[in-house]
Amino acid sequence: MRDKLLKEIGMSLFTICAFSFVSLSFLVDIDFKNRDLSDLIDSKHEVLANEISTLNPAPPVIMVKRLSETFGNYSQNIINHSGISYDYSKKFALQLGNDPANFNEEFIASFFKSEFLQTKVLENTNWMIGRDWDSYEDFAQNFDEKVQYINQSVIAEFGISDTTYLLPQVMQAGAPDWLKTGIVALMIFGFAVLGGFLYALPLAFKHDGIHNDHVFHNKSQTRHYPAIIVFICLVVFYIVLYQLPAYLTNQVVLLTPVAEKLAGGASDRWFLYGFLYTIAMMTMGFKMMLKYKGSKYQQVRTASVLFFQIAFAFTLPQILTSFQLPAYDLKSAWPLEYTFFFDWRVGQYLNEGTFGIFLFGWGVLLFAVGVPLFTYFFGKRWYCSWVCGCGGLAETVGDPYRHLSDKSLGAWKIERYLVHGVLAFAVLMTVWVSYTSFTGISELLGISSYDVRSVYGFSIGFVFAGAVGTGFYPVMGNRVWCRFGCPLAAYLGLVQRFKSRFRITTNGGQCISCGNCSTYCEMGIDVRWYAQRGQNIVRSSCVGCGVCSAVCPRGVLKLENKGEDGRISENPILIGQEGVSLNI
Amino acid sequence: MPYFGGMPTKRKVVIIGNGVAGTSTARNLRKYDSDVEITLISAESKYFFSRTALMYVYMGHMKFNNIKPYEDWFWQKNRIDLVFDYVEGVDAAGKKLRMRSSEEIYYDELVIATGSRPRFFGWPGQNLKGVQGLVSLQDLENLEKLSPPPLKGNKDNLRAVIVGGGLIGVEMSEMLQTRGIPVTMLVRDEVFWGSVLTKDEGKKIGAHLREHNVDLRTKVELKEIKGTNGRVSSVITSEGEELPCDILGITTGVTPNIEFLKDTGLEMQRGILVDDTLQSSIESIYAVGDCAQIREPKEGRGGLEAVWYVGRMMGEVLGQRLAGKQSVYLPGPWFNSAKFYDIEYQVYGKVNTRTSEDHIQYFWEGAKNKFITVAYHPETEVFHGINSFGIRLRHEYFNKCLKEKKGVGEVISNIHKANFDPEFYKKWPAKFKADFENDTGIKVPNSLLKKLIS
Repeated sequence: MRDKLLKEIGMSLFTICAFSFVSLSFLVDIDFKNRDLSDLIDSKHEVLANEISTLNPAPPVIMVKRLSETFGNYSQNIINHSGISYDYSKKFALQLGNDPANFNEEFIASFFKSEFLQTKVLENTNWMIGRDWDSYEDFAQNFDEKVQYINQSVIAEFGISDTTYLLPQVMQAGAPDWLKTGIVALMIFGFAVLGGFLYALPLAFKHDGIHNDHVFHNKSQTRHYPAIIVFICLVVFYIVLYQLPAYLTNQVVLLTPVAEKLAGGASDRWFLYGFLYTIAMMTMGFKMMLKYKGSKYQQVRTASVLFFQIAFAFTLPQILTSFQLPAYDLKSAWPLEYTFFFDWRVGQYLNEGTFGIFLFGWGVLLFAVGVPLFTYFFGKRWYCSWVCGCGGLAETVGDPYRHLSDKSLGAWKIERYLVHGVLAFAVLMTVWVSYTSFTGISELLGISSYDVRSVYGFSIGFVFAGAVGTGFYPVMGNRVWCRFGCPLAAYLGLVQRFKSRFRITTNGGQCISCGNCSTYCEMGIDVRWYAQRGQNIVRSSCVGCGVCSAVCPRGVLKLENKGEDGRISENPILIGQEGVSLNI
Repeated sequence: MPYFGGMPTKRKVVIIGNGVAGTSTARNLRKYDSDVEITLISAESKYFFSRTALMYVYMGHMKFNNIKPYEDWFWQKNRIDLVFDYVEGVDAAGKKLRMRSSEEIYYDELVIATGSRPRFFGWPGQNLKGVQGLVSLQDLENLEKLSPPPLKGNKDNLRAVIVGGGLIGVEMSEMLQTRGIPVTMLVRDEVFWGSVLTKDEGKKIGAHLREHNVDLRTKVELKEIKGTNGRVSSVITSEGEELPCDILGITTGVTPNIEFLKDTGLEMQRGILVDDTLQSSIESIYAVGDCAQIREPKEGRGGLEAVWYVGRMMGEVLGQRLAGKQSVYLPGPWFNSAKFYDIEYQVYGKVNTRTSEDHIQYFWEGAKNKFITVAYHPETEVFHGINSFGIRLRHEYFNKCLKEKKGVGEVISNIHKANFDPEFYKKWPAKFKADFENDTGIKVPNSLLKKLIS
């Protein structure tokens, strides 16, 4: 009765907070009247600033569109005024007499008024002068293609070239002040966390033990409609966060006071994301602590991932930023941290002198020495389920979904191709990008390294790690990214499989093939397959979360770091039987 | 080699029963003989599942699919033909099986692995609806029908009585409680599972059950079952008390499932009598698992041992034997395991229920729900066995100690090597060693010191 009430209050609180959080995009107006935009928009664009200040107040979902249009109109005006307006072609053809042969430097000087424009046109089209053209149409088409580049230069010179950066910032300036006081943030996030805690609290009154009753009866944990709703919400959130950040303006400004205190700057979407990530982990980590209160390994491990998230992933980069140093998550290792060798990152280290060199050296040591060494002694778990942020989220927020990972042999096959494929892609991309930074040559085999990195950033960084990796928790289990996509997990896994002291020991012949271990393995390892043969589990994908051992009803599994002798047994013999060995 | 219509066919082994014994037989036979035809018959479930895990399906820890140890393609890939049908009888002379819904099945060699069923003792009213054991998949389905749906609460205020406190009784009790059904457990002995546990252990487990709201009644037996409209409504105990109930769990042990063989001419007592090659009294018929009764069991072992591990080991031996290997069933030191609510139990070797001239026990409690009983010979101090509760121990270690007939002092001196608890758990071996030495006066050699001297 009490437990049910606590859970209902907790869930209601959380739901109200989640709705309030989302409603900020739909209900709370952005208003530019009487807003000072001079920090963001240069005084030479006063016209634009004035235009923005006359926009009618509207919530972000509408204001983003209006503001984009305003920016667009402004650029169009600049093109009309200083560039090549889109109705130039008739006059152009007339002046040339439909003959490309008349196209030359004098013509450019006479046709285009401003000096800037003349220079830019010449830059883009001097190859067209004096060529043999099949027809005027052929010539005009080529010229048309160049016009957009010329106009881009015009906007870069006279207007605002990159509005994708500016737009969210302007939006923030228009967000209401009462959102920025911290009180609303305290209400929304505070009550959401409180709701989570209340929801988890009944676990505290339970006996020490395994609490998996009704997991497969619960609609929200078995791909029924509540799970599908959560799934859609998560995926939409990631899409908005990465692709449409301005819609989150009101949510971002909630954290203004926190960002100012911690990093000494304004909040942005990544700050919001990091904050949400951290409090979600804390809340669900609390639940994890209660759920496994009889299981010391689970508690210590959960405390560890929480510590690394709060201290290393969230706080440290903010403090570094407040000291004008590059924000760096010291625990994030290449190739998960795939930008580590990018030219702008390397540039950052070099600009920071000793500290920058320390950061660079640290990162290199971490992946080149730390990863293999620690993995040799402790298995990949030292990173994946003790330190890593992605792993930390999976182990806390994702814990209720761990049984959804596919255990079939087919899934294992796909996993091996995919995860090692991503590792190869990450290594290749890094080499490519480094080649560009050393030689200045961006093209290799006709493909630009900039294209390679943007494909990686979009497909792996956003789609795989974000939208799929976390969004798919409620349908594919909590380690989708770690299992199928993480290049660092693949690297750690290779070390773990071939040179490590870590294994899950099977306790002689005690297995009863019940399947709890396999069912609750988040990495989709069919643990039982090994346990029932009396074989130790040595798998590259095992993150050493220890849940198989915890849920085993017969004490069959133990995570151990021991000598390499007897770690892998290809033909295990089940203990307890003497007769079989007689005549084999 | 039999001939049908003049065409020579491959040797065919037919196995009745796809539990762990039958399945292990099939798997081991295929492993060492890629040629033989194997047919695996079951009337319970087409695919092999872990019987011990049925409780988890009811409680929602797993789905039925999760308790199948092999994916469905496994059987075809290993050319093990699955037949989902009931065997009505065996014609040993004609080497064929009468089936309920399909044609007769011929065999060259027959393996009977039909397991066991709940043992009923002829109580009045035992055939009423709502009276059942928990052995088969059908038992689980029946129990599911009797129970309120999960997560909806026990709206009809159903009540349950469980007769017999053993492994299945405690499982059933844990299951029913997840549906909000209050459980009364009637136990004949003085303590819970008194036929296996020592008095100290039985009391501790009993107390644990009571903490989990089980109404445990010791020294109480079932006398009569009453019903209304064909359904159980109450039970009368040996003390004359009437306990109302809607579900009556009978968990007073199991008995081999062999009625269908009574006209076969097989030599049977409670089970099918087999020798150490697992062959029955008829040359081409073998039996493994719960239904097989060893004619001359090893000292300290029973003829009938209805345990998962025994079934699996017999299956391994027979599978290899049928593939032409000279294996015999020769079980090593006894081991077993179970779980009573939150307390895991493991046993290695033999701990009797009480002490005797040649068997004494040391009971040690390390913490709440963590205790151990060590048994040994009072004079020779040879280690007999260990019962462990809430503490995980390494099978390999004790198997070796028992085979080598080590002294209890030596066994305990190295017991830290046997600690199989997860990492970061409180270490108990040092205190255990010290307490054992203090309480029994038996020297526990300090292994580190010994190493230094030698």
